[in-house]
Amino acid sequence: MKRMLLGNDAIALGAYMAGVTVATGYPGTPSTEILERFAQYPGVYAEWSPNEKVALEVGMGAAMAGARTMVTMKHVGLNVAADPFFAVAYTGTEAGLVIISADDPGMHSSQGEQDNRNYAKFAKTPLLEPSDSQECADMMRLGLEISEQFDTPVLLRTTTRASHAQSLVEVAAEQIQRGPVGRPATAELPAFKRDPAKYVMLPSNARQRRLVMEERLAKLQEYVETTPLNFIRWGDRRLGIVTGSIAYVYAREVFPNASFLKLGMAYPLPRKLILEFARQVEALLICEELDPFLEEQIRALPGIAAERVRGKDVFPAIGEFTPELVARCAVEHGIVPAEAIPAYLLAEMESQPAPATAIPQRPPLLCPGCGHRGTFYVLRQLMFGEQEPEGRGQGTGDRSQGTGARSPYARTNLARRRQYNLVVTGDIGCYTLGALQPLYAMDTCACMGASIGQAIGLEKGGIKNKIVAVIGDSTFFHSGITGLVDVITAGAATTVIILDNFTTAMTGGNVNPGTGKTVDGKPARRVELETLCRGLGIEDVVVIPGFDTAAIERELFRAVQSDEPSVLIVREPCALEFKSSSSQTSWVEPEKCVSCWACLVTACPALIRKDGKVAVLPDRCTDCQVCNQICPHDAILRVERDALPR
Amino acid sequence: MKPLNFILTGVGGQGILLSSDILCLVGMAAGYDVKKTDVHGMAQRGGSVISHVRLADQVFSPMVPVGAADYLLSFEKLEACRWLHYLRLDGVVVTSDEAIPTLALAGKTPYPTDDAIAGLLAARAAHVRILPAGALATELGNPRVANVILLGALSRFVEIPVAAWLNAIAERVPPKFRELNRRAFELGRQSDA
Repeated sequence: MKRMLLGNDAIALGAYMAGVTVATGYPGTPSTEILERFAQYPGVYAEWSPNEKVALEVGMGAAMAGARTMVTMKHVGLNVAADPFFAVAYTGTEAGLVIISADDPGMHSSQGEQDNRNYAKFAKTPLLEPSDSQECADMMRLGLEISEQFDTPVLLRTTTRASHAQSLVEVAAEQIQRGPVGRPATAELPAFKRDPAKYVMLPSNARQRRLVMEERLAKLQEYVETTPLNFIRWGDRRLGIVTGSIAYVYAREVFPNASFLKLGMAYPLPRKLILEFARQVEALLICEELDPFLEEQIRALPGIAAERVRGKDVFPAIGEFTPELVARCAVEHGIVPAEAIPAYLLAEMESQPAPATAIPQRPPLLCPGCGHRGTFYVLRQLMFGEQEPEGRGQGTGDRSQGTGARSPYARTNLARRRQYNLVVTGDIGCYTLGALQPLYAMDTCACMGASIGQAIGLEKGGIKNKIVAVIGDSTFFHSGITGLVDVITAGAATTVIILDNFTTAMTGGNVNPGTGKTVDGKPARRVELETLCRGLGIEDVVVIPGFDTAAIERELFRAVQSDEPSVLIVREPCALEFKSSSSQTSWVEPEKCVSCWACLVTACPALIRKDGKVAVLPDRCTDCQVCNQICPHDAILRVERDALPR
Repeated sequence: MKPLNFILTGVGGQGILLSSDILCLVGMAAGYDVKKTDVHGMAQRGGSVISHVRLADQVFSPMVPVGAADYLLSFEKLEACRWLHYLRLDGVVVTSDEAIPTLALAGKTPYPTDDAIAGLLAARAAHVRILPAGALATELGNPRVANVILLGALSRFVEIPVAAWLNAIAERVPPKFRELNRRAFELGRQSDA
């Protein structure tokens, strides 16, 4: 029976069918679905760990105990988990351990693109790269077998279009009913096999393991020459293409007649197979996304004439491939004549007139009812006061007519806001959207947890501005805690805002240590942020409701004026994950609206311009009341939905 | 069999991914190899959504190449314009007439007029069908079947037997809604709007 499966679902299924009983990870696009799906299978243990490093350490332990184990993360997650990754490459494991790195070429939702194939070579571990969902399932199983056969962790590297594409997977229905096959991890009680020479990486032991790694690589070098994961598909021998991952299916589509060497296992590189292939084709084209990982190694092989090899001189090393991109590059660089390529792949190259009408964008926005909105509105005011931030368009934030207004927010002293010229260090999550137009309320965003360390550094670097670090709850648990420890020991005056929405929202609402649930929905103990921060030694810890802009501003003023470190926990459940229905909605009284557009700075999707005024879309409005508080003219009222004119 | 390429677009929350799932089942029932890919991640937050569906004897890339889609099915008319470059020059557009407002601050570029949208679509596509899918669904008694009405309208242009469509829809909707969805499909299929 064939089923349409997402690549990530196929990995989860493959893991379950191969007898994986422990899976850990940290959510990150495009990897998140793997663990969420796996957790739904019966009789397995799955956890969203606080971060990727912990996830891999838990995974190491589970595999040491004899349980087949999978650890999932996005590409940048492996940077966090790099320390245990290199360590487990030394120790090896008892049962199979497969680490999944989902790369994001083109940065659909990442702070950077990086080619994690390099990690396999760096840590000397085998590398598997699926091209479709069937291969995702198969390689998961094979990865466990390779891991056990060679006593090594295996890196299974996907990309967005392997993880997030659906294709047909052969699934035997009776197999699913019977449950997982493979190593019977629970058949007998696992026993820890003491082996300090293997598991205690003191220098004296590590030096021995270092030799074992080289022996292992030599054995793997033989294995890759004959594994069915690497195969030749002969066609026209004038053009031979070496490729793998998602680039393989693009190349098959673009070059229907060429010869192919498909590398499903790309590290260690099958040198003999490549040389055999190269000998029998006239030109060698290497088609790979991102880095010239294969190309550099292939060019270094003895017997490969450099002038016969084409690769990154044809295809870009930046961004995501598409079939039409591969086609265009091949034609433009004279690899094949245009006639040799299916015509529809070159349709993109035909000149097209620009559309006669401009298409307005739909930029990503904080959701209606998002608990982060009030905080960023206040931060923006403290960063820029009355002035428009550089590069901002006109038509917003004109508050000149705001004197004498009675709203709690509008009453606060405008001059006071200007004097601080706050610097806001940001972090990674939905709330990074606070950096975008029209809020512009974030000055930095680097990597998970960086906001707090950057804030300390800015202060120690000597800037005079008041500095606020903004970080989400999940990111704080991930790697903000250690930054906060440094705030204390460094004697910094840092103000940290933790935006607490009880979930890891950006990746689809995954549990975190503050949620109080496990990934499969069972109750779990919570780590309470305020207790944690006070326990570390922060005395000034306050909790503020996310929609109370006046309280946020008041507490923020107080905190930044103090030389003591502060943590402001702005708490509001995620509007997507914990939907509440209110019988009331905001409503703009047209007679009072003076079209100052001050409320539009909140970037709320429920606010639109209509007939020269602001209007609220009641279907979107969640009754969060942020716009009501900031309107300088009290033109936004709270009304019963039933009372609205139809 | 003749390869068929579909682009489905709209705004997050409109049922686009359910519809592209159904389309995949239609393709499987008709004996095709099938692949599909969607835009994930930041698009979840009220942004533009695009789903690629490809049917062929053997599908390689899950992504439809720009300029190679035979069909553009849109759940929102501005989104039909946004992704129109994916359509081949003599392709088919079926779109709902629904207009979901863009962010007020992006108001510097106003939402295009109906005439402008119709003009854009007609300039590229061989067939354009703009359907009041939301109103038709409400008439049927459930606004949520608008996506199945659109699939019905699309089915008129696709050489796949009606039974394959109806079976796929029945497979993906709860039993108590099957009859409603069958009627929605027929309504869309017969609609000449």
